[in-house]
Amino acid sequence: MSAVFAAVSTDAPIFVAQNVFFAVVALLMVGSALKVVTTSNVVHAALWLVLVLAGAAAQFILLGSEFVAVTQVLVYIGAVVVLFLFGVMLTRASMGDDESVAGEKRSMAAVVAGLLLAVMSVALIDSFSDDRVVIDQPQLVTTVADSIFSQYIVPFEAISVLLLAALIGAIVVARRD
Amino acid sequence: MLLNQFLLLAAVLFCIGVYGVLVRRNGMLVLMSIEIILNAVNINLVAFGALTDNVGGEVFALFAIAVAAAEVGIGLAIVLLMYRNRRSIDLSEADLLKG
Repeated sequence: MSAVFAAVSTDAPIFVAQNVFFAVVALLMVGSALKVVTTSNVVHAALWLVLVLAGAAAQFILLGSEFVAVTQVLVYIGAVVVLFLFGVMLTRASMGDDESVAGEKRSMAAVVAGLLLAVMSVALIDSFSDDRVVIDQPQLVTTVADSIFSQYIVPFEAISVLLLAALIGAIVVARRD
Repeated sequence: MLLNQFLLLAAVLFCIGVYGVLVRRNGMLVLMSIEIILNAVNINLVAFGALTDNVGGEVFALFAIAVAAAEVGIGLAIVLLMYRNRRSIDLSEADLLKG
């Protein structure tokens, strides 16, 4: 068993450039995410969120999923962040800063998140430490489109109805009368 | 590339998002933390899709992006409505259903 794994790990090529790119983007994402949850300025939090989302798009490129990366940039950075900035603009007078969280609650939340991370890390390292992702060519957009409109047509239609319902629901909830 | 490097990055981002949801009192900032969580899940989906060379991972990442967009729209509408009714988006003041 161990001989098999040793053979796999020595045969598999090591992509130095991709790993360096991954490490740089991952550090950027984690740092920006920490700023999102710690900064006291709401607008700054939205701008740090842009960095996290752009880093995720870069990871999708690294995994060969160009269509998901483009959609991530269009939908998240293009639409969702603008929506957040509009929301901040419309509610800004209430609380610009978010400093008032008690230190006790903050440390409890840190303990919960740390325990969750520890459990997930142990499970992941235990389960997937031998698996390698080998990208020989990017996933073609035509393949994704064919599969959405044949194999996954039912969930696609369900998502369409969900988006329509969310659109109508948001208008009804936010209407002023 | 190891599969685990993507999975562990997603786990770290997920936990940062959970910390944000627990700590923040501003409704807008809680929604932003939820976006971080959903993105971590998308990285997992795409990584497993690349591992098995299966297009299903990408397709469901796209579906998750669509659901996240709908969720932000509804969430912002609710935060806006709360602001209009109470002049505040502090979630710790929204305790009408508290026993």
